[in-house]
Amino acid sequence: MTSYLLILISTVFVNNIVMVKILGLCPFMGVSKKLEAAISMGAATTFVLTLASGSSYLIEHFLLAPLHLEYMRTLSFIVVIAGIVQFTEMVIQKTSPVLHQVLGIYLPLITTNCAVLGIPLLNVQEKHNFIESLFFGMGGAIGFTLVLVLFAGIRERLEGADVPGIFKGSAIAMITAGLMSLSFMGFAGLVK
Amino acid sequence: MLIALLVMSVLALLLGAVLGFSAIKFHVEGNPLVDKIDAILPQTQCGQCSFPGCKPYATAIAAGEAEINRCPPGGEEGIQKLAELLGRDFVPFGEDTAAQKPKSVAVIDENTCIGCTLCIQACPVDAISGAAKQMHTIIEIECTGCELCVPPCPVDCITMAPLPQTIQNWKWQSPVHILAVSK
Repeated sequence: MTSYLLILISTVFVNNIVMVKILGLCPFMGVSKKLEAAISMGAATTFVLTLASGSSYLIEHFLLAPLHLEYMRTLSFIVVIAGIVQFTEMVIQKTSPVLHQVLGIYLPLITTNCAVLGIPLLNVQEKHNFIESLFFGMGGAIGFTLVLVLFAGIRERLEGADVPGIFKGSAIAMITAGLMSLSFMGFAGLVK
Repeated sequence: MLIALLVMSVLALLLGAVLGFSAIKFHVEGNPLVDKIDAILPQTQCGQCSFPGCKPYATAIAAGEAEINRCPPGGEEGIQKLAELLGRDFVPFGEDTAAQKPKSVAVIDENTCIGCTLCIQACPVDAISGAAKQMHTIIEIECTGCELCVPPCPVDCITMAPLPQTIQNWKWQSPVHILAVSK
């Protein structure tokens, strides 16, 4: 039980996928202009990452390892994750238009972003079992959501701040992201 | 090597079959975007946008064939909502469509009305009450101010009267246009 809690804390704070591992920067910079979009994006990513972690564990341990096809890992992970997410989007669109309204349009956007491929690959590297993989994926996405929401809040404030001309827009956002990353390094050593 | 090819092909075929099957089974009818645009339009069905109604105009916007600034009854607020929904830029009213007019209702001059029913046939919301050779009158709460009844009248007895602003219907002016200019 404590190992799961440890995984959660480490993926959300200590090894945050955006701030420390520097994965998933495209949606981080692209969808963080408005707070509501950021929350929906985080929810969609949580869903996709948990699903991706689970399915890639099954592919790795029941298909690739027994047949000694480890070199096919990247290829097969991407294919399976993309297929499953597409299927889920169709199901959600049919069964719950409200849920589709909230996070449906983001699902194709995050199907193969580097965080969604990176977390399953890290699961294989860390030799997690099935439940640990799920927690790792979920924790990574919760950390992603946390950082996205924080950054969206900062960016909404930046719109009204007195930024010098050349720095307006993406430039000041990148600088702010770098400063946030510096601050997240303060969590190193939190888990002894 | 051969096993790898076989595994990937089987995986791809399996996923393709699942996706194809679910595309048919979970097919969602209708174009949700057109419905969303239609929900923003004021449903006046006046044709001032040069389309025969609000749904055809919504379909044209969704297909990218029409600009979003063609609806005077929606006003600048309507254009702003459309711009936000579609992620396009706000466009003020152009030269080819009438600009936003103050909300008005039609008024029939009862001394001149001859009871020809031509205006009753023209009204899209059934706001004119009357019959052949009987006095026609406008039902004020139903009238949307679309002005479709004004041209058909053979004696030119219909005029548009602006609605007076009372305490009940006064609202803050939306500062939409000012924001768009200052950005």
